[in-house]
Amino acid sequence: MKKFLRKTGLTSVLSALVLMTGTTAAVSAEETIKVGILHSLSGTMAISETTLKDTMLMLIAEQNKKGGLLGKKLEPVVVDPASNWPLFAEKARELITKEKVASIFGCWTSVSRKSVLPVIEELNSILFYPVQYEGEESSKNVFYTGAAPNQQAIPAINYLMNDIKVKRWVLAGTDYVYPRTTNKILEAYLKSKGVDAKDIMINYTPFGHSDWQSIVADIKKFGSAGKKTAVVSTINGDANIPFYKELGNQGISAEDIPVVAFSVGEEELSGMDTKPLVGHMAAWNYFMSEDSTKNVAFIKQWHAYTKDPKRVTNDPMEAHYIGFNMWVKAVEKAGTTESNAVQKAMIGIKFPNLTGGLAQMLPNHHLSKPVLIGEIQEDGQLFTVWQTNTLVKGDAWSDFLPESKPIIADWTAPINCGNYNTNTKKCSGQNY
Amino acid sequence: MKDRVTYPVHIVFLILMLCSFISTSNAQIAQDDQIEQEKITFSTAVSKLKVRSLSAKGTAIEQLVQFDNPQKIVILQALVDGKLFEDRENGQIVIAEKKAEKFSIELAESGKNIGLVDNSVIKKIRINNRLRSKIRNIIAEIRLNSADPDQRLQAVKMLSKSINPASLKILKTLAETEKDSDVLDKLQLIFALDSLNSSDRTIRLKGIETLKQKTSLKAVNRLQALQEKNSEGQFIEPDAEIRKQAKSALVKIQSRLQFYHVTETIFFGLSLGAVLVLAAIGLAITFGVMGVINMAHGEMMMLGAYTTYVMQQIMPNHIALSLLLSIPAAFMVSGLVGIGIERGIIRHLYGRPLETLLATFGVSLVLQQAVRSIFSPLNRSVITPEFMSGSWQINDFLSLTWNRLYILVFCLLVFTFLLQILKRTRLGLEVRAVSQNRNMAKAMGIPTARVDAMTFGLGSGIAGVAGVALSQITNVGPNLGQSYIVDCFMVVVFGGVGNLWGTLVAGFSLGIANKVLEPFAGAVLAKILVLIFIILFIQKRPRGLFPQKGRAAES
Repeated sequence: MKKFLRKTGLTSVLSALVLMTGTTAAVSAEETIKVGILHSLSGTMAISETTLKDTMLMLIAEQNKKGGLLGKKLEPVVVDPASNWPLFAEKARELITKEKVASIFGCWTSVSRKSVLPVIEELNSILFYPVQYEGEESSKNVFYTGAAPNQQAIPAINYLMNDIKVKRWVLAGTDYVYPRTTNKILEAYLKSKGVDAKDIMINYTPFGHSDWQSIVADIKKFGSAGKKTAVVSTINGDANIPFYKELGNQGISAEDIPVVAFSVGEEELSGMDTKPLVGHMAAWNYFMSEDSTKNVAFIKQWHAYTKDPKRVTNDPMEAHYIGFNMWVKAVEKAGTTESNAVQKAMIGIKFPNLTGGLAQMLPNHHLSKPVLIGEIQEDGQLFTVWQTNTLVKGDAWSDFLPESKPIIADWTAPINCGNYNTNTKKCSGQNY
Repeated sequence: MKDRVTYPVHIVFLILMLCSFISTSNAQIAQDDQIEQEKITFSTAVSKLKVRSLSAKGTAIEQLVQFDNPQKIVILQALVDGKLFEDRENGQIVIAEKKAEKFSIELAESGKNIGLVDNSVIKKIRINNRLRSKIRNIIAEIRLNSADPDQRLQAVKMLSKSINPASLKILKTLAETEKDSDVLDKLQLIFALDSLNSSDRTIRLKGIETLKQKTSLKAVNRLQALQEKNSEGQFIEPDAEIRKQAKSALVKIQSRLQFYHVTETIFFGLSLGAVLVLAAIGLAITFGVMGVINMAHGEMMMLGAYTTYVMQQIMPNHIALSLLLSIPAAFMVSGLVGIGIERGIIRHLYGRPLETLLATFGVSLVLQQAVRSIFSPLNRSVITPEFMSGSWQINDFLSLTWNRLYILVFCLLVFTFLLQILKRTRLGLEVRAVSQNRNMAKAMGIPTARVDAMTFGLGSGIAGVAGVALSQITNVGPNLGQSYIVDCFMVVVFGGVGNLWGTLVAGFSLGIANKVLEPFAGAVLAKILVLIFIILFIQKRPRGLFPQKGRAAES
């Protein structure tokens, strides 16, 4: 009896084991399309990037609810590059070679993108990059769904110059590649509009700078010359709060010297005491406060997914939303997830923006986008005070820098180049 | 005697006449409008404020101003302060004041209180900068007639930002009756600045003479503009005499300006130094006195800052009080965590600095990620109480921000408190004994293990208190500690390990050095220069500014 029991016990365990392996085999037999998510979940950049990971998971879950893609389910593969730039490249390689993902959605800082770039190109995969950046780049394997300088910085300058009648400019930024390049473009642009060199003040500060007393005092002095002054800020991340606090404390209001920022959005504002910021401006391609039906639905979906009715949405989230949906459309059009076919299919794909208008993937791998300028409100939202009438086409190579003026990017035949010189009619390859 | 009595009466009468004249003329315009358009009552004018288009809102504001209703200034002020809302249910315009989680609302047109409502019931009426400054100007014009000289001064200051012929005329009428010296002083400056635009040379010279006495940035800029040359190298100002006078006036103002500038730089330096001292002083105890290389020191500050955040969440209606209560609370939280770390990890590693460094670095990562998991990786917003915002405006050249002043005072208080603990209490005595000679202290019956735990707790607790101060000037986020840890070690090593006075002097001198260098070297280079200086200094004097003396130092 005992023996029998033991035997049946054993067989049941065995059969259970067989069953289990059977089911796992069945699961792995059902093919999935893997999507890589390469956003920092720890370290300094986790503050911005965690949200984008959640956005991607939500978008993928939504697509699976609709029946997946090409009859297969999508499977997100999340890795954590931990705000460590070389690790971004390593993790990208892991995603492509080990996990065999069809495409990667990821990166935030330019330096992380630059670190991933050689890997993505070598293995001929696809990266969707959702953040506004300094331009001067166009890779065959990267789709830039964030704004190029002409879709954020230049329209903001135009607004200040024409509507606010700003005559004196402070270009303040954190000391790294995005502010340096953007300010170089802006300085050239301002000078081309007849602004005198002595009416431009450029200032760089280290990452996480927290003592703004003397710089704000300088800005105050610079702004008291009787001409309308504005600050164009490419100050990054954590340095912003102490900066705005100091402005408020030294009695500079948005009416005296407005600050227009390119790195401050709803997400950043949700962690700030907004009192000293009211009236200062931000330029983006998306604001949560836009009340189009698409946007309201998106916000609702986001709140339901995160189970937090207070979570905000922001511009890079919209970029991922557009990028992901465009990728889905391109894969459907190509009928495969094979990289070259998808890259080709991507160009010309259209998808509606959340704020209205139809975004289109251009041959230079950038998008056409609306540009919005909003004033910061006490509740941390941005209230649109100005927007472009039409969509602005992303320009990879700035027309305001002499060295990049003749260069264009076009990934369609016959040019098929990200760095094509229209004067010499030569493609200089990827030397960025 | 009789004359003296009647004089003010005359003035009052004059003002009354003027007021009634202005209001009747306003009423006249209002009447004209009413004839032209359909009949606009005050309440329809108020309800027009809710239109979405900004330009229509501007017209609505202009219409509202035409009414002679005292409530209009209340409405406009509420609009600027972001307190004007639209009731979603019946479309009424209300002024809402936040009370706990709800809003207490009153009807805008009558000021009648109509009870408490939920956040979702009302919708804010949004305006932009242009409307904001427009309204501020309107309010200022109305306030010019206020009985309170402070309000008049604010109004004059507001109007002086954008002088035009119309506002100048209003100010000139004010000057005729104004008696408050501050307001008169400000008016004089405005008129002097304006007189430089005159075509009459004597008026201009007189204007320059007045500007010479003023401590005003505007005066400096205006006088400097008179010295400028155009692109062909010729003076824009053709009159040589005017240029000469302007120059001498400028020199005179500049000498005063120089003094204020130096004062300002020293204040900036001291306040930066105060932050450094606050951050480093806890480390001066754990690292300086105990010799523990505590890489998790920054995270103790972070915990203190998060404690402030939690306290504000607990009592959202008493921001100032919650900040005060956060000080002991942060001390307790960070102190207890510190004792936990000491008992759990560090005590097993005494005498092995490398392992301590690695272990505490690990602890710092654990704490950071723990905060990320509990509070989310996003920064948390800590509200600055009213009394700590704004600045103490001494004059146009010099204003000291309140939050920095408070932190400076707070830093000195914490320092004295710590010094007294180490000097006057039994714990202090034991700490000093253990740090000088552990074995001898043990032989004398001092419970060294307990003293170690208490000392580490004290150092960590002080770091927590520093975190409360930091929450007022920087972000409260998981990375708060990281950005200060290097500075902390720098200050302690520069000041001399084991010496609190050294930390104080080092913190302040590094702060001032940084601020003196910053204007011409830039923030990035200034930091590098200070670091290079410290490296060289440590080469020469490895034990810092105030080295420990005696036998204890050699061991």
